[in-house]
Amino acid sequence: AMEDVSAKFVSQKISRTRWRPLPAAALQPPDIFATGSWDNEDNRISIWSAGDLGNAGLNGEYHGEPHLLCDIQHNGDVMDMQFLDQERIVVASSTGTVTIFRHHQNNQTLSANHRWEKAHYHVDQDTSCGGAACTGVVCSNPEIVTVGEDGRINLFRADQKDAVRTIDNADSSTLHAVTFLRTTEILTVNSIGQLKIWDLRQQRNEPSQIFSLAGDRVPLHCVDRHPNQQHIVATGGQDGMLSIWDIRQGTMPVSLLNAHEAEMWEVHFHPSDPDHLFTCSEDGSLWHWDTSTNVSEKPSFLHQGGRSTAYLSHSTVNQSVVSAWLSNDPTKDRMEITNLIPNQTLSVNSLDVLGPCLVYGTDSEAIYVNRQLFA
Amino acid sequence: TDAVPPQVVPGADSSSRQLCFAWGPAEVLVCETLFGRAGGSRSRCLPCSPCPSRFWGEGGAGAAARALTDSVAGTEDGAPSSSRVFVVRRDQDIYIQTLRKLFNESHGIFMGLQRSEEELAGKSRKAQLVQVSKNYRSVIRACMEDMHQAAVSTRDPALQGQYSTQVSILSAMELIWNLCEILFVEAATAGPLLLRLLDWVRLHVCDVDSMVREVLSSESPSKHKLFWNVVDVFVLQGRMDEARHLLSKEASANPTSMNMYKILDDLMKKMPVPSLSNTQTLTELELKWQHWHEECQRYLQDGTFASNPHMESICKILLGDEDAILEKKELMTTWYHFLVTRLLYSHPTVKPMELRFYAQSSMDLFLGGESSPEPLDMILMAAFEFEMHQVIKECSIVLSNWWFVAHLTDLLDHCKLLQSHNLYFGSNMREFLLLEYASGLFSHHSLWQLGVDYFDHCPEYGRVYLELHIERIPLSTEQKALKVLRICEQRQMHEQVRSICKIMAMKALRNNRLGSALSWSIRAKDAAFATLISDRFLKDYCERGCFSDLDLIDNLGPSMLLSDRLTFLGKYREFHRLYGEKRFPEAARLLLTLMTAHIAPCSFWMTLLTDALPLLEQKEVIFSAEQTYELMRCLEDLTARNPAKQKFQDDDIETTKVEMLRLALARNLARVIVKEGTVEGS
Repeated sequence: AMEDVSAKFVSQKISRTRWRPLPAAALQPPDIFATGSWDNEDNRISIWSAGDLGNAGLNGEYHGEPHLLCDIQHNGDVMDMQFLDQERIVVASSTGTVTIFRHHQNNQTLSANHRWEKAHYHVDQDTSCGGAACTGVVCSNPEIVTVGEDGRINLFRADQKDAVRTIDNADSSTLHAVTFLRTTEILTVNSIGQLKIWDLRQQRNEPSQIFSLAGDRVPLHCVDRHPNQQHIVATGGQDGMLSIWDIRQGTMPVSLLNAHEAEMWEVHFHPSDPDHLFTCSEDGSLWHWDTSTNVSEKPSFLHQGGRSTAYLSHSTVNQSVVSAWLSNDPTKDRMEITNLIPNQTLSVNSLDVLGPCLVYGTDSEAIYVNRQLFA
Repeated sequence: TDAVPPQVVPGADSSSRQLCFAWGPAEVLVCETLFGRAGGSRSRCLPCSPCPSRFWGEGGAGAAARALTDSVAGTEDGAPSSSRVFVVRRDQDIYIQTLRKLFNESHGIFMGLQRSEEELAGKSRKAQLVQVSKNYRSVIRACMEDMHQAAVSTRDPALQGQYSTQVSILSAMELIWNLCEILFVEAATAGPLLLRLLDWVRLHVCDVDSMVREVLSSESPSKHKLFWNVVDVFVLQGRMDEARHLLSKEASANPTSMNMYKILDDLMKKMPVPSLSNTQTLTELELKWQHWHEECQRYLQDGTFASNPHMESICKILLGDEDAILEKKELMTTWYHFLVTRLLYSHPTVKPMELRFYAQSSMDLFLGGESSPEPLDMILMAAFEFEMHQVIKECSIVLSNWWFVAHLTDLLDHCKLLQSHNLYFGSNMREFLLLEYASGLFSHHSLWQLGVDYFDHCPEYGRVYLELHIERIPLSTEQKALKVLRICEQRQMHEQVRSICKIMAMKALRNNRLGSALSWSIRAKDAAFATLISDRFLKDYCERGCFSDLDLIDNLGPSMLLSDRLTFLGKYREFHRLYGEKRFPEAARLLLTLMTAHIAPCSFWMTLLTDALPLLEQKEVIFSAEQTYELMRCLEDLTARNPAKQKFQDDDIETTKVEMLRLALARNLARVIVKEGTVEGS
């Protein structure tokens, strides 16, 4: 419900919001998240606390607003951002630089831990200008993969100074996003509507598979993989369309779902309950796609009512045999779609879900936290 | 409109140098030229379009036009003073970080108001508009609190001063807005009007709050030296219950004067007040009030309170005695507090249209010729006089931002209060102010996105302004370009869409990103540019003998039809693929079609014919007789065209090529005639 959302105006346009991952045995819902800003003269990486549920009112509704723990200046727009572990965040910059920031939790400060200057560049890496925006980053500690406007793919290791592997001119158009498919394989999406699989073990500088939208080659902006069924991939396009792909078969999407009216900037399966998917868009909306067929089948933690119920981060994963995402007609009677922001006007650039919590950031310079997503 | 106070640009010296100006949409560039002054000395004044400049008297040091010495252009010979460029911005509050919250949050309210139902009739529409007004005010208040917090927490005295200035500006804005809400938006009628004005005074006269807190929290308030001051404050603000509560403490400490307290307490309790509900008519109220007034009068005259000057003065206040009220000037701090107190105790059923008389005389009495009214006083006075346009005009001049007037005017316009007022240049005042505000947003590095929606709601000139401004947004990343592009596409701004795509395509081309360049020109449906890029691809191919960016060219899809050259590129690549897959007859047919259907540019025919050579030399005969004839005609067309018009770089090689082709064609023809003859004969 909307009353459970707390908002904070932060005087900077937010391009990315990310929950800090929970430690393995955590019983608490997530609390700390990071944001990155864009299009400011002075861009920043900030760490926030969503506020604890101790402030909850009599009815269990949540009041407090997010408060700033620490922040640090960042050179260029924050294009993408990902936690490497509990303390380190990898940030992709519009200058082409990739930086690892460390969050020192004992004294609440941020510092730059490691930096790959101009990991993405046009023409010549050594000239004073010529950095190309790094558009996407994904990490699986200690490996970090970045993609950029230069069509380049970089593989870094957090502990190594130089890139482990670089594929120059991997794509002749702009790469917009990247995610891991398996430990050695990545997925990229580009500005001519293609989804590509790259096997980083192979020395060939070519993708192992190319998937493509039919008809107009609408640019794809975001990609996420089903956390349990790795062959299911979701992408979002410039026309706001949600595409679901089965990478075991065919070269075209299994289903195309009409969604937003403008660019879909991010798509995320719920990490522990992948029957739920979340998308946000330039049109100012944020959609919750729910394919859990029957309310009674929902895992128990979703019914968590108040602060007394412990949150189980490793609750039973979705057991459905045939994924609802691949059914022939997913729109029919199986999917419930809710717009979580009815009256927003400016773009929702980023969202992140973890446990019962959602955080998102907008061009109207506000961050929002919803602590009871499934209430 | 009227003249605007001149602004001084610090540092620009027009006494020694001539100044030149360039007017932009949101800022003025001023620079000193190399020309000497031709006699006469003008003052260093900058004529400027209506530019909020001065700010209320006290505490208003902040907002004088602050010129930003933005860049020092590097002329070799000139002294530093001759090479400065001053950027004078017209809306400098836009650049205050904390106010960004105000701009963003109020943008949402503004959009809600534009969407709101005009059809809602009478009361519910009014309630809706009052709610909108309250929402705006609560945003101002929230911002004020943030700013106050910032002022308290900073250690830098300069910054602290700046924040405090902002707090007082915001609080003045809220004060004015609140009064406008009561008088114009809600249009409170006699009775409720007074109650609203009392709320207004209680909310905004907070200078005495600390005193009240101090006394109330002391161990025994009645012994406190400021005790009677606090009682007076309560009485002056009509907070009767609180005043009585305090008095009861004093009474219990003074059993001897118990009777006197009881009488005063009773008078205060019985004082009739207007009610918000319709249960009592104004006449009833006036009757009751008259009765109560006479009772007060009696007690005062028979000297009931003579032994206690404090209580006597309170009784006089209850009777609306102007001198007695004016004695408490320090406790009221402002003339408008005096006005409301005066109304409360002498004219509780004041009608809106009578306000102006009481307001004027209250101000005169309160200031008593000692000080002249400040701009804020003039604005409030104009509001009491129901001179809405005067309020807006004064605010435009005095405030250092357009936010306030733009949003207030828009709200008043939605209340249908401003319809008759058209400005000389054709657009109305609402639109004029919204345009100014949105232009300010567009001049800001980050806030430009907000400006778009404001322009959208300016029917007359919004579109033109948007077109002019949107082209000035720097396109630093593709992501940002996409956002700007989306804005233009949604509004069918084809010209701007084309120009953005072209800029991005050019950028990509410069960076050797042919694929990106092509997708930008496909998005703009820019055939000419697609042709240009295709030529680059073909040139690369001719130079290197292989295609770059195969992933793109192999996946052109329907976009191939955008330009002939792109079609050729796609088809030519298809030929190579067929050839590579050894599907020779299909490859040959395609190659020939490229020339006969004039898909290939003439300059490329020689390359295509050369590509035919290996096909002609295959063991198997591939080109039919008819096809061979056509190839021959192509070759002859080419050679007939070429010697006159086009000089080959190396004539020898070209001649050899042509010779080889002729030979190969002749041999192929011979083979195919034999073959076809054999086939037909058998």
